[in-house]
Amino acid sequence: MKFGVVVFPGTWSDRDCGWVIDQVVGAQLQYLWHKDADLKGSDCVILPGGFAYGDYLRTGAIARFAPVMQEIGEFADRGGLVWGICNGFQILCEAGLLPGALIRNASLEYRCEWTHLAVERTDLAFTSQCAEREVIRVPISHGEGSYFADPAVLSRLEQSGQVVFRYCDSGGRVVPGANPNGSLHNIAGIVNKRGNVLGMMPHPERCAEPELGGADGLKLFRSVAGGALKVLVS
Amino acid sequence: MTPKPVVNDPQGITVKQGLATLGFREVEDVRVGKYIEVNMEAENMHEARERVEAMCRQLLANHVIEDFHFEVDQVVHRDAHR
Repeated sequence: MKFGVVVFPGTWSDRDCGWVIDQVVGAQLQYLWHKDADLKGSDCVILPGGFAYGDYLRTGAIARFAPVMQEIGEFADRGGLVWGICNGFQILCEAGLLPGALIRNASLEYRCEWTHLAVERTDLAFTSQCAEREVIRVPISHGEGSYFADPAVLSRLEQSGQVVFRYCDSGGRVVPGANPNGSLHNIAGIVNKRGNVLGMMPHPERCAEPELGGADGLKLFRSVAGGALKVLVS
Repeated sequence: MTPKPVVNDPQGITVKQGLATLGFREVEDVRVGKYIEVNMEAENMHEARERVEAMCRQLLANHVIEDFHFEVDQVVHRDAHR
């Protein structure tokens, strides 16, 4: 299983993702520079958090023009696994690989705190190691993470089960008080229809070892890494 | 670019509250958007409008969350006066 971690000017979570992949999970790791026009045989491409190209104009608006994004679009079309975390989620929305947009937090504050997420899909390559309806604890760190989509898109997402993570309380109840940023329907992460492109605002790479206060994020990395093993075995 | 009416605009709400604190209580709604100036060359106003509209659609505005409108002003090139 080879992970490709994309680095744009302004990306800041690339090394955190790399550490988890390389040191904690023990999978193959390579960094992909934004100017690369080749994914170098990656099985899963991660767009990490940060402020790609300074988030000029809008978050993710400029990153979508990077040469590597053209490749990632084609890779996604072929069914390749693409995983956008935080700024990566914003980029995937701007690039049209996921529907909707991430707007300014309702509080107008940058929020850096732990959240609880209800895992609503466990049949995906990204979540196969999570239990049905599991609640995981993952931190957020963003100023523009409020998920928005127009009512028609939102209802399509709900009907086709594309909401993967929802902000909830520690008991798994999806309530307004557990929503840190004003996201519609408490949405923290969505997947495309095909299930191979995931975008999420919370940072699983920041909670993949107990020393960091939690290791729930590791389940997602292990899901992806383990999925490839299953394919090899079968 | 302004946030679409259906998009929550917390900046606008905060500015409205600030205005009310200063006594501008007649303010019913505030939407905070972005203003972009583009200097460009074009054969005529029609072409300029077409090009700017395409820019707005493809990059300057995000149609999921923003509406846009634009005005085109003609600036005569300095060389033309010589």
